[in-house]
Amino acid sequence: MDSAMTTNTLKLPEKATKKRDWIETVFHLLFLGCAMVGVLSVATIAWFVFHEGLPAFQQAGISEIIFGREWLPPALFGIAPMIVASLISTLGAVIIGVPIAILTAVFLAELAPKWLANLVRPAVELLAGIPSVVYGFFGLVIIVPMIEVLFHIPAGNTILAGIIVLAIMILPTVITISETSLRALPSTYKEAALALGASHIYSIFRVLIPAARSGIYTGISLGVARAIGETMAIIMVMGNAPAMPGSLLEPARTLTANIAMEMSYATGIHASALYSTGIVLLVFIVLLNASLLYLNHKRSH
Amino acid sequence: MNKLTINNLDLFYGENHALKDISLNIPNRKVTALIGPSGCGKSTLLRTLNRMNDLVENVKITGDVHFDGEDIYQQSDVKALRKRVGMVFQKANPFPMSIFENVAFGLKAQGVKSTEEIKAVVEESLRSAALWDEVKDRLDSDAFGLSGGQQQRLCIARAIAMEPEVILMDEPTSALDPIATHKIEELMDELRKKFTIVIVTHSMNQAKRIADKTAFFWMGELVEHGETDQIFNNPIDTRTQGYVSGEFG
Ligand SMILES: Nc1ncnc2c1ncn2[C@@H]1O[C@H](COP(=O)(O)OP(=O)(O)OP(=O)(O)O)[C@@H](O)[C@H]1O
Ligand SMILES: [Mg+2]
Repeated sequence: MDSAMTTNTLKLPEKATKKRDWIETVFHLLFLGCAMVGVLSVATIAWFVFHEGLPAFQQAGISEIIFGREWLPPALFGIAPMIVASLISTLGAVIIGVPIAILTAVFLAELAPKWLANLVRPAVELLAGIPSVVYGFFGLVIIVPMIEVLFHIPAGNTILAGIIVLAIMILPTVITISETSLRALPSTYKEAALALGASHIYSIFRVLIPAARSGIYTGISLGVARAIGETMAIIMVMGNAPAMPGSLLEPARTLTANIAMEMSYATGIHASALYSTGIVLLVFIVLLNASLLYLNHKRSH
Repeated sequence: MNKLTINNLDLFYGENHALKDISLNIPNRKVTALIGPSGCGKSTLLRTLNRMNDLVENVKITGDVHFDGEDIYQQSDVKALRKRVGMVFQKANPFPMSIFENVAFGLKAQGVKSTEEIKAVVEESLRSAALWDEVKDRLDSDAFGLSGGQQQRLCIARAIAMEPEVILMDEPTSALDPIATHKIEELMDELRKKFTIVIVTHSMNQAKRIADKTAFFWMGELVEHGETDQIFNNPIDTRTQGYVSGEFG
């Protein structure tokens, strides 16, 4: 280096730069490491579930398990009733819960006076924090007896009870995410609609909700994930009979309930069959995420 | 003939006295330009004319605005007013839907069902906005696929489709390049035959080119208004003189 330039004041920054580079590298590695925790966890979980579940598929056959209607371990491992129960209870929860949630989100974002929104919003957030076992209590004490009275049936532990409890459980997720995405819209959409003489409600349904739909889809899919993965509350209110349900007023057992109830004592091929139940569950979640990606992708083109 | 008459209008945003005792006539089928330095209340005044300020919390308005002789702040049907007084915003703000649906939006909001009628109005509006030839083959594609200048003309078409009597424009070309700006100015020359136009602009040249009347605002006050020629060539007030000669802004 030119000797005229090597003064103290010039050397100092160089040292500092080196130190800064070093810190940059450390932080890069730190960020990378943290990001890897999530990826590794997913990979490990998937690997284990598949590793443990495959023997059951090999021994009993994929179609025996997926389409079989009898669950009699260690002889028969048909989980079709559980698949149906999981899908029906989740679908029912979405049909009931999502419209309520979206209307609530619209109310909070657009219509409610401030004081009322400040009352409803914390209540909704509290709902998100309630442990699922407490939802189970609520279902047992209120929903189940109500169904018995309304439909004149001896036992209210039914798919319908599960649907209602799940519908309430997914509310906070869908509400919060939908409200956030409605609030994130530029005010120009609303102003443009109103300036054309459209009513507030018309603007909400024709402009604001469609404009916020990718956020709303995300909320719904998180809600679906919560509903299909819910275990504790479902075990408490749905009756858990591992038979193909004939109607919403019959008990049923979901995929998650099947695993949770039998894992503690299952051994050998029976345990493996429970893991294969888990595989089916994972596949559903992956399909759900894929369809969300697809919807958002289609939207952005 | 005055389309709009503003009498002793005062507007407060909370404590902020944004418009001070404004009295101004807006002549029918003429272009009136509102000019003045940033923050002087031009947009605020524009937004009192279609009551968009109703959306802002804590706004207090005194005085009156007459539209064809009727006090718009006494009449309760804001939607009917906004149908007759259209608005074009500073930044083009098409809805996230197709070109066709954007122009059809206002009609559908009014409950017009007939597809034939809607189609006809959409085409006519796009023609009036000098956009038809550029988009006629892709009416069903997303409005965001248009260029900035095209989007702004789409917003003008959307406003025209309601057959308003007045069109309010808040710096409609400030986000556009000179060529797109020129197109919109040409368009306004056509539109003035049918509509009353009130335009906010920061460009003196634009005001000189397109406006019949010009009003100069200063810190919430209407300093001076009159024929555009007079405001630019023979301003009476020294503040107007300073502003139009570009001494300050
Ligand atoms: N929604 C609002 N709430 C509170 N104050 C506002 C609001 N809109 C404007 N103001 C205030 O009113 C005054 C006038 O604002 P306005 O937007 O009308 O100015 P303008 O002349 O359009 O300025 P510009 O040329 O920058 O657009 C400013 O002091 C501004 O801060
Ligand atoms: Mg402005």
